[in-house]
Amino acid sequence: MINGTRIPELEKSFQDKIDAEVKIEPKDWMPEAYRKTLVRQISQHAHSEIVGMLPEGNWITRAPSLKRKAVLLAKVQDEAGHGLYLYSAAETLGTSRQQMIDDLLSGKAKYSSIFNYPTLTWADMGAVGWLVDGAAIMNQVMLCRTSYGPYARAMVRICKEESFHQRQGFEILLTLSQGTDAQKAMCQDSINRWWWPSLMMFGPKDSDSTHSDQSMKWKVKRKTNDQLRQEFIDMIAEQVKILNMTLPDKDLKWNEARGHYDFGEINWEEFWNVVKGNGPCNKQRLEARRKAHAEGAWVREAAAAYANKKSAHLKTHAA
Amino acid sequence: MPRKFYYGDIPDAQGAGTNATSTNTSNEKDWPLWEVFIRSKQGLDHKHVGSLHAADAAMAIENARDVYTRRMEGISIWVVESKYVHASNPDDAGAFYEPANDKVYRHPTFYDLPDELSHM
Repeated sequence: MINGTRIPELEKSFQDKIDAEVKIEPKDWMPEAYRKTLVRQISQHAHSEIVGMLPEGNWITRAPSLKRKAVLLAKVQDEAGHGLYLYSAAETLGTSRQQMIDDLLSGKAKYSSIFNYPTLTWADMGAVGWLVDGAAIMNQVMLCRTSYGPYARAMVRICKEESFHQRQGFEILLTLSQGTDAQKAMCQDSINRWWWPSLMMFGPKDSDSTHSDQSMKWKVKRKTNDQLRQEFIDMIAEQVKILNMTLPDKDLKWNEARGHYDFGEINWEEFWNVVKGNGPCNKQRLEARRKAHAEGAWVREAAAAYANKKSAHLKTHAA
Repeated sequence: MPRKFYYGDIPDAQGAGTNATSTNTSNEKDWPLWEVFIRSKQGLDHKHVGSLHAADAAMAIENARDVYTRRMEGISIWVVESKYVHASNPDDAGAFYEPANDKVYRHPTFYDLPDELSHM
């Protein structure tokens, strides 16, 4: 019983609200499992934004022009902002920022496996923007309609900003695709390396699900992994033609009857291996985050000391 | 068989980056939380846009500028420490807002007037 209402009744009225497309807000009653699912999902999403700065930060000092450098800096700064919007949304559910950061740094929390792949050439900045951000946007557009109000609002803001990320990525590849033979080769190589990991971002096939999908019922998610992946493939298979490049899948073929592209089998062994921590950069990414956090400690301490000193000063003078 | 998950939602059972190791960060305290309100242009209200952590008000305003006005979304920022925001209780919403329910006569459309009547 909560305030005289029995839990099954609360759960029913909660689900009724969701069925009627009424958003859930922080102080509303919600099942503990809904709260827990959201905290996990939103914080992982936030961590992905933060860790996602690393593969791109790798190229800021080596961007080929001042314009490209300014754009890349702006993009990486956006990712930091997106991390903050999401951390704030998760905090409305009762977790703390410190707890989430601790969980990331200790290796307990997860983030998207895509960021455990290395960015080897400048063309990767293009492929990351076009394919990785492109795949993320498919999810994020869907999440603009998620049932939890603060998460949905954060997503709306993020989607507005992400559109530039994908466009600048495509523009990098477009420029390379019209360049020298070496530049064209670099462009194709980058697409070859990022294509399959991008498809893995959507998660395992729907048929591999072992439980009924509560997230869909709660409208935390509104489309399945396979639906989103197919939409992404259909979109990219057309866009790649403009680059005069190819996608590294010999089975990729338009299927008139389905109205979609057919595609080859994803290497799920590689997928689970990276999720479990054995990707090319898992260790390096976490070490970079830990180092940045440790080296920033004095800044956090100094700011807190300064704020304390000022408020003590104010109290003395008010008295 | 692996459990299904989506981008941004990986089950706890799956290992993340590396094996968990302890960090010395747990003794750190969060800076206070601030709610951020932005006026997008002269003549409009300040509107709640989100929240952030900052050591003091000056830092909160600067961080709000960096996070919420990167694309000229605002010309004025208010920050309020979240602990000072008092809110109505959603559980009481039914009774709390009930007094307005039966007063349709507060709306102009309640009054049935002749079509010839103009400018009203």
